[in-house]
Amino acid sequence: MLRLIVQRLLLLIPLLLGLSILLFGWVRALPGGPVQAMLGERYTPEAAAEIEAEMGLDQPLPVQYGKYLLRLIQGDFGTSLQSGRPVLDEFITRFPATIELTIVALVFAIGIGIPLGYVAARRSGSIIDHSAVVVSLIGVTVPVFFLAFILKYIFAVELGWFPTTGRQSATMIATHPTNFYVLDGLLTAEWDAAWDALMHLILPGIALGTIPLAIVARMTRAAVSEVQNADYVRTARAKGIKPARLRSEHILKNAMLPVVTTIGLQVGLLLSGAVLTETVFAFSGIGSFLANSVFRADYPVMQGFILLIAVVYALVNLIVDVSYGLIDPRLRRQQ
Amino acid sequence: MSDNPEKKTAKKTTEPTTAAPVASSKADSAENVVLRVEGLCVDFRTENGAARAVSNANLTVERGQTVAIVGESGSGKTTLAMAVLGLLASNGSVAEGHIWFKEEDLGAVSPQRMAQLRGTELGLVPQDPMTNLDPIMQIGRQIDAGLIDNGLRTRRDARTRTVELLEEVGLPDARARAAQYPHEFSGGMRQRALIAMGLSGRPALLVADEPTSALDVTVQRGILDQLSGLTEELGTAVLLITHDLGLAAERADTVVVMYRGDIVEQGPARQVLTAPQHEYTKRLMAAAPSLASRRIEIARERGLDEVLDGALLAHGEETAAETDVLVSVKDVSKVFSIRGKGLFSRSTGFTAVDGVSLDIPRGSTVAVVGESGSGKSTLARMILDIEKPTTGSITFDGGVVGAGNHRDQIAYRRRVQPVFQDPYSSLDPLYSVFRAIEEPLRAHDYGDAAARRARVEELADQVALSKSQLRRFPSELSGGQRQRVAIARALALSPELVVCDEAVSALDVVVQAQILQLLAGLQEELGLTYLFITHDLAVVRQIADRVLVMQEGRVVEEGTVDSVFDSPATAYTRALLDAIPGKDLELAL
Repeated sequence: MLRLIVQRLLLLIPLLLGLSILLFGWVRALPGGPVQAMLGERYTPEAAAEIEAEMGLDQPLPVQYGKYLLRLIQGDFGTSLQSGRPVLDEFITRFPATIELTIVALVFAIGIGIPLGYVAARRSGSIIDHSAVVVSLIGVTVPVFFLAFILKYIFAVELGWFPTTGRQSATMIATHPTNFYVLDGLLTAEWDAAWDALMHLILPGIALGTIPLAIVARMTRAAVSEVQNADYVRTARAKGIKPARLRSEHILKNAMLPVVTTIGLQVGLLLSGAVLTETVFAFSGIGSFLANSVFRADYPVMQGFILLIAVVYALVNLIVDVSYGLIDPRLRRQQ
Repeated sequence: MSDNPEKKTAKKTTEPTTAAPVASSKADSAENVVLRVEGLCVDFRTENGAARAVSNANLTVERGQTVAIVGESGSGKTTLAMAVLGLLASNGSVAEGHIWFKEEDLGAVSPQRMAQLRGTELGLVPQDPMTNLDPIMQIGRQIDAGLIDNGLRTRRDARTRTVELLEEVGLPDARARAAQYPHEFSGGMRQRALIAMGLSGRPALLVADEPTSALDVTVQRGILDQLSGLTEELGTAVLLITHDLGLAAERADTVVVMYRGDIVEQGPARQVLTAPQHEYTKRLMAAAPSLASRRIEIARERGLDEVLDGALLAHGEETAAETDVLVSVKDVSKVFSIRGKGLFSRSTGFTAVDGVSLDIPRGSTVAVVGESGSGKSTLARMILDIEKPTTGSITFDGGVVGAGNHRDQIAYRRRVQPVFQDPYSSLDPLYSVFRAIEEPLRAHDYGDAAARRARVEELADQVALSKSQLRRFPSELSGGQRQRVAIARALALSPELVVCDEAVSALDVVVQAQILQLLAGLQEELGLTYLFITHDLAVVRQIADRVLVMQEGRVVEEGTVDSVFDSPATAYTRALLDAIPGKDLELAL
């Protein structure tokens, strides 16, 4: 197990090196470029040349990359052109918001998706089964931003049950030691702040969790349908096992193997930031910031955020692989 | 359920006389009857209405008795057994009749009562040890769970009992083994664990559904001995489901023969086997492993005396004269590298085939037998030029195999064709039979469309497939028909050597006999040379001229079929031969 973890962490090095070269080249190949974006209407060739010299953009590309890499190794991801703050700081400030949103979306997706898929498979052909299929089909096909608008309109604007935008109400006075707003409220015993932050997460969480929910429900349904007809389930019934044990220990646990893979992939996607949902709900996670940095040619942010997201993605995948071993003894040995 | 005994006797008087041979002789031991199936019909709901899988079945199993139900797949034997256990698939149900277990009618009791009986009064040893254990649960825990849920042991002392049960079925080092997972067990060990599981509640009736058909013959014997020893000791009644007549003859007191949902014959084992009454039983007997070579039988049927003489000669004596050798394997070894465990550790070698030499004379049939892991399939793959030998050489008709360029390799593939074990997975489900047989002709640019059509029809005729079957798809064919398609496809390019890797192992005996007969007939007709790879010695006896016995990558014995079968030189060969079920059957004949 430990060997697997070390092996995978070592593999991260060439992965990130390759990705940094790709990003470096790609960002510079974009039309426009940062100097134009910074100068805007004040653009003159002289002013541009001056800024380029200041930022080292007049040097040959390999030299630029070398210097970039050197700084990267020291943990310096550069400075955002939009805000003037270090890229790493920007990431660390915003990433907790994305994590909170991901957790809510996952709780929604798993909490409903697995039971729905399970019941659909166990009562194959019933009304529940057919509705589950329809619901999951809708879940996959409805565009996220459309769903986000609908949810916002009905539950925030018309019914007023939930706040419309942001991570916390503007009137709320709260301290933020960790930047996880719900956690902060609990840590500082500011219960109303924690509740307020949680309410702000519900609608974007549901909007974001719908596709994963549909996927998890479909995967669970397929896996349970297969496992419940497995020979070992029949054999377990033949030895007089109690129905509750049959469900929990034989059927559900075996069916979870492919579902865990699916969930892992979804977590990776969710943590990469949800541009559309964050935009609709004016939720300041990494997704909307990264999208803005693309519009403004803020290339240090693009490079830095994408690299950091890649690290997160790889770590999530590693955690998923390790968790397979916990469920499936056959993989434990191979690992 | 106080009125049950009355019901039972009332029913007995109106019982049809079909079950008379068994019922009457045992009338005095009625209290010993564990299971009595009366007029049982089982239906499955399908899209086209109800399909009857078992119709009007009657049988009786007494305490300590073993009753074997024999039949081919689809005969309803497993359905009958599952109906007894209340484990029919969700679309199956008992339509008519009664399943009396002691005092209760299992066809009518509540699902809750049925669940109570399973694991305590009724046990199951299922067919395939590979799929019948939960892969992600410790073996011991799977047995513990049954003991606990049936209230036989508490959570705390269940494991002690489990270890006792595993020791009872001959599993060495049972305490440590109980903490392992199924993938750490061999097939034989898994089957032992399943037997321990089936007997854990000390059931009055044990259903053993093909308990050893997925295992190597030598392992099979040990497991069966263990099973019959234990059930005898415990006085357990056994309902043994098998397709193997030899096995039934050897292990059962009573044999019940099923065919297409009907019980066509039943009686004491010896009586059924020595004097079969029903046409199907006779066919089953004829198809059972016999002493005579299939080739001789074919020759006899066709009245080809000179062929018969030749076959007899070839079969009997080792021909001393220099024969025309088609394939010559010289001192061939194959080493596979296995990736090391450590991060940077070096890979190690595994020798699958170790210094094997053999000659295959043109027009003859050579069989290579051995258990799984003996290297026989790797040898076949090297002769097919799918794997390259690590050392040694293989020559075919004078040329070295695998030595030439791409063009030579393609030419070689025309002359050597394989027929694989599984007729279900070796045919493309999206190709019609016609297309499947035509495929090699297209691949090797054989004539135009009309010429190919004529050739496919000729081939279909040779393997006894009708023209209408050419338009069908593999899913619409039976196992035997699919194997005919696979053979036709192999013959399409008029090969000289056909390599049959377990080509008949997946088939029922009757179908197996038909296919072997077909292969032998084609050999006479087309002068083919066969290399048969099999674990089944009965097949070897039916078709081969020469036989090689392989064990752990080496050839341990070689000779004509008669010399190897009549006077095996090594202990391993003797063990293989002893392990064939049905020696009693041959004696009875």
